[in-house]
Formats: sequence, C-alpha cells, structure tokens
Amino acid sequence: MDIIVCLKQVPDTEAEIRPTPDNTEINYEGIKFVINVYDEYAVEEALRIREKVGEGTVTIVTLGPERAVESIRTALAMGADKAVHLDDAAFLGGDANATARALAKAIEAMSYDIIFCGKQAIDDDLAQVGNILGEFLNLPSVTGIVKFDLSEDKKKATVQRQIEGGIEVLEVPLPAVFTATKGLNEPRYPSLPGIMKAKKKELKPVKLGDLGLNEGEVGKKGSLTQVLKYSLPPVRGAGKIVQGDTPEEKAANLAKLLREEAKVI
Amino acid sequence: MSAEVWVFAEQRDGKLRKVTLELLGKGRELADKLGVKLAALLLGSGVSDLAGELTSYADNVYQWDDPLLERYNSDIYLQLISHLAGKETPQILLAGATFLAKDLFPRLAGRLDTGIAVDCLNLAIGDDNLLVATKPLFGGKVLADVVCRKGRPQIALVRPNTFPPPSLSGASKGEVHKLEVSIDPDQVKLEVLEVVRAAKERLDLTEAEIIVTGGRGLKEPKNFRLLEDLADVLGATVGATRAVVDSGWRPQDDQVGKSGKTVSPKLYFAIGLSGAIHHIMGMDTSNVVVAINKDPRAPIFQYADYGIVGDLFEVLPLLTEELKRELAKG
Repeated sequence: MDIIVCLKQVPDTEAEIRPTPDNTEINYEGIKFVINVYDEYAVEEALRIREKVGEGTVTIVTLGPERAVESIRTALAMGADKAVHLDDAAFLGGDANATARALAKAIEAMSYDIIFCGKQAIDDDLAQVGNILGEFLNLPSVTGIVKFDLSEDKKKATVQRQIEGGIEVLEVPLPAVFTATKGLNEPRYPSLPGIMKAKKKELKPVKLGDLGLNEGEVGKKGSLTQVLKYSLPPVRGAGKIVQGDTPEEKAANLAKLLREEAKVI
Repeated sequence: MSAEVWVFAEQRDGKLRKVTLELLGKGRELADKLGVKLAALLLGSGVSDLAGELTSYADNVYQWDDPLLERYNSDIYLQLISHLAGKETPQILLAGATFLAKDLFPRLAGRLDTGIAVDCLNLAIGDDNLLVATKPLFGGKVLADVVCRKGRPQIALVRPNTFPPPSLSGASKGEVHKLEVSIDPDQVKLEVLEVVRAAKERLDLTEAEIIVTGGRGLKEPKNFRLLEDLADVLGATVGATRAVVDSGWRPQDDQVGKSGKTVSPKLYFAIGLSGAIHHIMGMDTSNVVVAINKDPRAPIFQYADYGIVGDLFEVLPLLTEELKRELAKG
C-alpha cells in the first residue's frame, strides 16, 4: 500500500498577516511557519492505514521554498517514510492549477494507491488543489473526508464526507484522491526517536528540469489566475454596549435595537 | 460563442437553495453588464417544477432530469456540466460555496483547465470584462481580488447570504432546455452509498440567516437549552465554539471558526464566548453581531455591534421572551 500525502508549509494561525504596502504581495517577514493543519490530518491518516495494513510506504510531497524542509522533517518524524520536495524557484507563486500541475507531474512517476491532501491550506485558502490534482491524474477525488475505511482486498475505500447537517458515505475505487478535514483523526506528535530517525530518511529535492516541465507551465508564469490586489478586511468597530439598570431592561433594549435600529428581526 | 453567465441551481429535497436565488440576482446584474444571457443549470430527479421556477430569473434553464441524478455524485455531475460547458462556452459560472459545490467545481476547474475562486465575498466586472472575485485568505485576515486570465468559464463559489435575493421582475420568462442524461459509465467510479442527515429541521450554519452560538460560558451541555429556546423563537441555528465541541458538549457539525464552519448570517449571537481569533475567523463577515458576556473586557465586544455585559443565565431567557413579544407584534 503506497500512500502519498501532499503537504504544505503555512504561516502559523496566530501570525499577523498583512499585505505589503503596495498591496501586491503578502508580507511574510518574521513569521513562524508550521505544517498546514488539514495536512496533519492527512499525514496521520496515511500513517494509520500503513500501520493497519502492516506494509507499504508513506511519501510526503511538498512544493515550497527551502524553509519547507523543516515541516517535511516534522512529517517524517511523525512516521512518514520518505519525502519529495519540489524545490525550485520556478514552482513558487503559482495558483492552484499551476501547483497541481507540478505535483501531478511529480506524483505520476511514483507508485501510489491513495493520495491524501488537506481540504485547504490555511494561507491562501484556495480549497481546490487536491481536486485539480485528481483531475490531472485522471483520478476521482472526494473533498473533506471525516472517516476512511479500507476494504478487505485493499482495492477500494469507504469514506464519509461532511455535508450540510450530516454526512455522505461513498465507496471509492483506488487509487483516488481524498482531502482531509477536522474530525478524521487526532494527529500524533513526533516522538523523540522519530525525530532522530527522520534525519536519516530520504528527502529528495526535485527541480523543474527533473519533471520535464517548462517555466511557463508552473509557478506564477503558469498560473491561470492572478491576484490584482490584496487588502485588509473592513475593521469591525466595537459597537455599543446596551444599557439598562436591570437584566430586564438590557434585554428589552437589545430586542428593540435589533428590531428598530439594526432591522434584522 | 454564447458566452453566457451560468448559475448552478443547487436544489435539495425538491427546493432550490436560497444561495441559488441570491446568485441568480447577482448573475443577472453581471450578465446585463456584459450584455449576455443568464442561464441556470439544474440537475436532479423530478425537478421540472423547479425548472419552471427558474424561468422567472434566468433566460435559459438547462435541465437534466433523471433518477440517476437523485443523489449528488461528482463523477456524474462533472460529466454533464463539463460536456455542456464545452459546447456552450459560458464565460462565468457561479455557485454557492456549499459542501456540494466545493467538491464538484474544483474538479470541474481541473477538468476544463480554468480558474476557480472559492468562498467569495463579492463579485464585480473589472477591466477587460473580467470577473473580479473578492475572496478571503488566511482565514479572513486578508482579502484578495482575483481574476482568471486564462481558461473559461471563470468559476466563483460565493458564500451564502452574501447577496440579497432578487425581486421577481415577472418580465423575464426563460426557456427550459431539457438535456439528455448520457453518461459514460466507465467514468463513474464513485458510488454514493448513503446520505445521512441528522433529523434536525434547522438550516445548516453555513446557510442560516440567524445563528446563536454558545461558548464555555454556558458551563454545561444542558444549558444549551437556553440557546435552543432563543433559536426556536428566531428560526435560528445553534452554533458552538471549538472549546465546546472539543469538550464533547456539541457535535463537530455545530462548530463555528477556523477549524469549523465559516458563516455569514445577517444576525449572529455570540453568547458566553470570549472571542478567540479562531472563532472570529469563522464569523466576522456576519452582518450584525450581538455579544452577551459577563466579562466587559472579552475580545468579542470588539467585534460586536451590540453588547450586553451581564450574566447570560439571567439575560438570555429574558431576551428570548422580549424577542418573542417583539415578533408577535408582526
């Protein structure tokens, strides 16, 4: 059972994110980077499947700058077997289409039964790379799964997907792409022996030329979409504190304000 | 090249989703600006009544009506829509940012080699008649205006409650095109075994107009009854913070916030919750926010249009009664 996990390094959720003064880029200065939280669920699920089946490999595939190595090592320390790092300036700054194209090209050359991604990266919040990757590899994809069960013969999976107010249960022949969301599992922390072992695990850098792609097909140049500008959302100013001497008065005043001023009820 | 503006008419249990109407309103505005027709895509089983309803809003209604389409299956929907898109070459395709659409349309974008923007908060026509989609990044800390330079249609999935539903003009009388449901069975790999929905009558958080969310200040799971009572009066949906969900007080389905659902209701009650950034990221596009908390320094008051500093156990039942009275006035 060979499982691939696409993993992205993203700014920590606590980080303060601002556009550059000209609003054309994001300012990443002084920011701490971590594994995308949804990708952690993906790594964990892959490890659990490999442990249950008792054989196979979990390979991390990451597209990102040099600093992403740190997050790759963390995934290896969690227990992944090896990693491929699409590490070339040409890959960077791409939209979902360009990123999925590079990932697909790298994965095409590998052996896989299951591909896991996070349902979205919490930086650009594109929420589409996994599905586009599936299309490029001509594989079905299922978005936002909260349960994964491998069949006895390991040829298919029964998965549960979150929908409005419920779940959808699907049977999917493998190989296929699944994107993970909260509820799938509780990711483990890397153990100390795991961290030691991770240092010796294979981490293969891949350059543009290795994939047989040209510059116009990946990264910023290969993108279909373009961000015209970044902006900060309108600030929600603090509103008014509803006055009243008693809880009764406060409740009555609020009801009145919602009705007459805000006109929302 | 017909270059229409398309709206995916999502339906469930024989009813159009509210976001579909919202997008038909916005879609009409975009289509008028571009001088093209507005079309609706309708897939399902026994949906001809809905097609009729859509003709009040759209110039063309593309209808696929077949028992095969009773349940959503992305492999099947994808084949039908990508085939028609190849033939009709629409320039824009809009859908609600629902669980269905977020599964289907990224796949369509990959298949048609075009761009898609998810969770959009605004749409406009910009230079070169391109669709400018405004979408949140970093959980809403930053917004981006995105255009799709190459690839058609330009696909945008818009959060429910972003645009007002259109008023019926009555003038537009669209034409229904009944399309053949021909599927290549070899390309249908997924099988939907079951759709399980909790037997709750309330709207999902992502589409609710009013949400009543509780945090740890509720002290015990059973106290969510107070929120349920308020929600009953308002026809609202009850939400919960991460702390509450992680404690097992409420199901994951109810979580509002970064690792839960992102919501944009017209009215949001934040009750007994402090307003951690993770939570704010999931609700700060709400139209009007009300906070009730006994701690006057709780960060949630920085985001609230109306705040009550007080004991929720006292205030909430009173507020429920007051609102019941207000609503009874009609």
